[in-house]
Amino acid sequence: MSDLYEIVPITPEQLPIVAMEKKAQGGRLVQICATRRPNGYEVLYSFDVETQLYNYRLDIDEGVEVASISEIFPPAFLYENEVSELFGVPIKGISIDFQGKLYRIEATTPFKD
Amino acid sequence: MGNRSVIPFGPQHPVLPEPIHLDLVIEDEKVVQAIPNIGFIHRGLEKLVQKRDFTDYGYVVERICGICSYIHGMSYYEVIEHIMGIEIPERAKYLRTIWSEMSRVHSHLLWLGLLADGFGFEALFYQCWRLREKVLDMFEASTGGRVVFSVNTIGGVLKDMDSSMLKSFVDIFQDMDKEIHKCCDIFLKDYTVETRLKDVGILTKENAVLLGAVGPTMRGSGIAVDTRKKYSYAAYDKLDFEPCVAYEGDSFARCLVRIEELYQSIDLIRQAVDKIPAGDIITPYKGKPNGEFMFRAEQPRGEAIYYGKANGTNHLERFRIRTPTFANITPMLNILAGAQLADVPILVLTIDPCISCTER
Repeated sequence: MSDLYEIVPITPEQLPIVAMEKKAQGGRLVQICATRRPNGYEVLYSFDVETQLYNYRLDIDEGVEVASISEIFPPAFLYENEVSELFGVPIKGISIDFQGKLYRIEATTPFKD
Repeated sequence: MGNRSVIPFGPQHPVLPEPIHLDLVIEDEKVVQAIPNIGFIHRGLEKLVQKRDFTDYGYVVERICGICSYIHGMSYYEVIEHIMGIEIPERAKYLRTIWSEMSRVHSHLLWLGLLADGFGFEALFYQCWRLREKVLDMFEASTGGRVVFSVNTIGGVLKDMDSSMLKSFVDIFQDMDKEIHKCCDIFLKDYTVETRLKDVGILTKENAVLLGAVGPTMRGSGIAVDTRKKYSYAAYDKLDFEPCVAYEGDSFARCLVRIEELYQSIDLIRQAVDKIPAGDIITPYKGKPNGEFMFRAEQPRGEAIYYGKANGTNHLERFRIRTPTFANITPMLNILAGAQLADVPILVLTIDPCISCTER
């Protein structure tokens, strides 16, 4: 299971390029996951190409905007809404943007603190 | 163009045991677009990992869902064991495999029952759930629980099954196999069932990949991917099996995959009981986890992703679960587009939605 350990760091500018590359290879989006770190976030993108898992990590400071990949991988819209709503990561251009109303919760960005 | 209107579907609906809402844009009786709305039961269980000791959080993970409970719990401990470099005993691997497959059998029987109920075949629903009760009885005999089992721990499992219990389970499954055949023959050969499922709700192979489908929803579209085969956690690498696949991509294909997986799971349990070695069931460990790991498991509804990140303290920084239903929502929207309004309940059922898992 060694491929599960590999996480490649990328910048927000590289993200759409990586996503398009994986789509061109016939890959699928496996998941998007945010983790809080001091003054920022790690956002982990996982793609599967012929059962091989590829992980890419964005390490961004608070307030840095990330481009949506939902036009490249349609299922990304759910993950991106979740990351945006629970953690407060600003993501622009989500194909279906629930504007912070994906989950019916009272707290704003509850996973941020 | 016909008259367009928006029909709300759910969150309360006879076919939905859990709440999901869909805004169905319809043109006469045909669905043009479906927009999902989830979030009615979000519990923030992932956040709780920062407040619960890593030795206790497994009990929280098991309670994410009452159907997928066992594999959720097992996968949490797999993540911790990988981070800490703990090799669990062989016998524990086989026991985890047996309980995982028992979970798959009861989950698929539950789904078949719900499907039968969905198209109004109540007698068939009763029969499927009657068979499922036998699996729950075996769970109760071996773990003490019928819904949440709490038999996994860091380094292995807490309970063992002796050879007479294992043999009795194989015998019960052998008897069940005949009864399952009788029920499943109705799903596969009944004219009415066929008209509700065949050539309805087609998900093409290309769309299954693009839209990120997993599990029987993906395998019903001709993609032979099964996490148990590829990543062979627990004792799956010692067992002989191939992913169950159907190629039509319609509702019937998704049903067929689950039915074949029922027989496959029974066979895997038989193989595991034949090969299970004697020995310890738990490896002692010391220390606290420090590092990260991503684990993939094949839940009854499909591939689930478990990501854990630890920092050497009693509390994990992050534990993230991407459940199969979360991945199958977008394919479901594709399946619904173009369908007749009357087919929507059955089509939603064919992805076997589990909203408790989805919202965590």
